[in-house]
Amino acid sequence: MTEISLSGWGRLPVAACRLLVPGTAAAVIAEAKGETSLIARGNGRAYGDAALNRAATLSTLKLDRLLAFDPISGVLTAEAGLLLSDLLALFAPRGWFPPVTPGTRFVTLGGMLAADVHGKNHHRDGSFGEHVLGFELLCGDGERRRCSPRENPELFHATIGGMGLTGIVMNLTLRLRRIESSWMVQETLRCRDLDEALAGFAASESWTYSVAWIDCLARGRDRGRAVLYRGEHAGRDATLEGQAVPAAPPRRKPTLRVPVDLPGWVLNGTAMAAFNALYYQRARPGGAFIDIETFFYPLDAITAWNRIYGRRGFLQYQCVVPLEGGRDALLALLEITSRARAGSFLAVLKQFGARGSGLLSFPMPGYTLALDFPATAEIFALLQQLDLVVAACGGRLYLAKDARMGADLMRDSYSNLDRFRDVCREVDPDQRFRSLLSERLHLR
Amino acid sequence: MTAATATAAMPQDPVLILGALSDVGRALARVYAGAGYPLMLAARRAERLEADVTDITLRYGVVVRAVEFDVLDTAAHVGFLDGLGSLPGIAICVVGLLGQQSAAEKSWTQADVILRTNYLGPACVLGEIANRMEARGSGCIIGVGSVAGDRGRASNYLYGSAKAGFAALLSGLRNRLSRSGVQVVTVKPGFIDTAMTRGMKLPKALTAQPEEIALGIRAAQIGGRDVVYLRPIWRWIMLIIRLIPERVFKRLKL
Repeated sequence: MTEISLSGWGRLPVAACRLLVPGTAAAVIAEAKGETSLIARGNGRAYGDAALNRAATLSTLKLDRLLAFDPISGVLTAEAGLLLSDLLALFAPRGWFPPVTPGTRFVTLGGMLAADVHGKNHHRDGSFGEHVLGFELLCGDGERRRCSPRENPELFHATIGGMGLTGIVMNLTLRLRRIESSWMVQETLRCRDLDEALAGFAASESWTYSVAWIDCLARGRDRGRAVLYRGEHAGRDATLEGQAVPAAPPRRKPTLRVPVDLPGWVLNGTAMAAFNALYYQRARPGGAFIDIETFFYPLDAITAWNRIYGRRGFLQYQCVVPLEGGRDALLALLEITSRARAGSFLAVLKQFGARGSGLLSFPMPGYTLALDFPATAEIFALLQQLDLVVAACGGRLYLAKDARMGADLMRDSYSNLDRFRDVCREVDPDQRFRSLLSERLHLR
Repeated sequence: MTAATATAAMPQDPVLILGALSDVGRALARVYAGAGYPLMLAARRAERLEADVTDITLRYGVVVRAVEFDVLDTAAHVGFLDGLGSLPGIAICVVGLLGQQSAAEKSWTQADVILRTNYLGPACVLGEIANRMEARGSGCIIGVGSVAGDRGRASNYLYGSAKAGFAALLSGLRNRLSRSGVQVVTVKPGFIDTAMTRGMKLPKALTAQPEEIALGIRAAQIGGRDVVYLRPIWRWIMLIIRLIPERVFKRLKL
C-alpha cells in the first residue's frame, strides 16, 4: 500500500496518507477492521485537514450506489459516497432537489452529513442534518448502528456535523424536495453598505434562498457594500415581467479549467480591489430566470479554481457571529481585512436561521461571513485578530473550512464539545477514528 | 451493411458484461444503462452484484439482471449462455487477473489460473458467443485486453502473454466475422486506477479512471473501431516499445 499526498480544497496542509479505496460496503467493513487510526474521506472538499489521516484515510467515492427511492415521498437512501452532482443530474430532471445544498455540488452525501452543510436556505430550512431521516454508521468498536432521531439519538446528533469522528457513514436516508422546473427566479439587490445588506436579509426572510457577495476590501463609506441575491425555484407557470419560465431545461454550460497554479503576485490587493469595485458596479438590480447551476454553483463552472491561489494554497475563514452584536462584529472583521488589504474577491455573507440539532453543527442564529485568503506568511497573524473579534461576540468558526484555529477557541466556542467526546468514547473506546483536524482541535 | 451500423441502433437488445464486479465492469454498466440498454451483469458469486442491480435500476430505469458466471468453468459456458434467455446485442468481456508474476514463476497452479483467466476462459465464452452472433447475423463483441500483451516484459509476462493470445483471438474472430455483420472490438487499456493497480506508483498523465475507459469503449463500439488503445497515447508508447530491437529490449528494465 503506497502513500499518496492528500489535502483539502484549500491545499493546506498537505499530508502523505495511506489511502484505502473499498468498492463495496462489505469491503469497507473488511478494510476498516484492521486499522487502529483512520478517517473517512468523501470528495475532499472540506478546505483544511478534516479528511486527512496519515495512517489510513478511507475514500468513500466508490460507494455511490442508490439503494432505494420512493417517487411519492421523495425519500432517497444512498451510499455515503454518492456525489451531490450525481444526485442532481439524476433527480433534478425528475422534479426532485436536495433539501439543502452547499455552494459546490462536488461533495458527497457523507461529507454533507459530517460537516452538516448549510445552504442559501438556512434561514428557512436549517442545515443538511435536519433533513436526514437516518443513516447506518460503522463505529470504532466494530458495531454497525442504525441512527435516527429515535434510534441511537445521541449518536445521530453527534454524527451530524461530527466531521467523521463517530465512524464511517455507510449509507443515509434523506428527503428530497419537489421542484417544478430546473430554473430559478432570482432577484438582485445592490446594498451600499453593511447596514443596507443586513436590512436586505431582514427583508428577504420570506424568500427560500438568500445570499450576498460582499466587498471585503471596500473602505470608509463603502465598507460592507454588497450584492444580495435571493431566489425561489421557478414554478411551472412562473412569469417574470410578462415572460414565462423557459420551456427547455437549461443547457449544460462549458466548464473552464484553471490549468496551472497561478503565481502568487497575480492576486494582489490592488487587482482584487479593482475586481471587487467592478463586480459591484456591474451587478444589475432586478429579476431574472437563471438556471440551477448558475444560481447555486457559480464556481463549479471553473474546475480546480483553488489553483488561482497558487501552490501555497489558501485559507477560507468562515465564521458566524450572533445576531446580537453581530453587526458591530462584522464591521470590525471587515475593518481588519480591508485595512490589511488581505481579503480576496470571494467573500460571502448570509443570515442564518435556527440552530441545528448536531452537537458540533456550525450554524447558529446570526450572520456568517466567509473570506478567502492566500496562505501567505502574514495571513496567520491577521486571522488571529479575526479570531479575537469572533470569540468576543460569542461566534465560532466552521470546521469544514478551518485549517488553523487553536484548540482553545474550539473549546470555548462549541459548547457541546464535551458531550460530543462522551458519545464518541462510548462507540469508539480506542479512539480509532481520528483526523489531523481532531488532533489539532482535541475533538476526541 | 457494416458491423457498426448493425449494432449501433438496437438499445432493446441487452448488453452482457462479463466480469461485472470489476471497476471497469461497473463503469461500463452505468455507461450502457445510461444509454438505455438493458443489462446482464455476469460475475462469480453474482449475489455480490445485488447493490449494483438496485443502483442501476434506480438511476436509469432499465432492466438489469445479475447472472452467475465463472470464466474458469469453461464446461459450463454453453449452459450459461443458454440460461440467459436471449442472446445479447453486445457482449463485453472485462475479465482479467493480473496475479503475482514473481510468485507465479514458481507456482504453476498460480500461472495456470492467470493463463486460464486471461486467455482460455474468455476465448471459450467469446467463441461460443461468436458462433451464436454469427448465426443471428448481428452483434458486437468487445474484448478488453491490455497493452501488456503487446510485448512480453519480465515484470508481468504471464499476464501479458495471455493478453497477447487474447488479442490474437479477437483479431481472428474479427477476420472470421467481418462478413457476418458482427463487430469485434479489441480494447487495450494502459494504466487504469482500479483495485487491480492499487498500491502501484502510476504516472498520472497515463492513468485513466474506469469511467473514462468505459466511455472510450462505448465510443469505440459506436465508431465501429477495430483496435483501440485507451488512453490513445498508449498506441504510440507501445509502438515505440515494440520497435526497440530485441537485443536492446532484453536488457531493459521496464
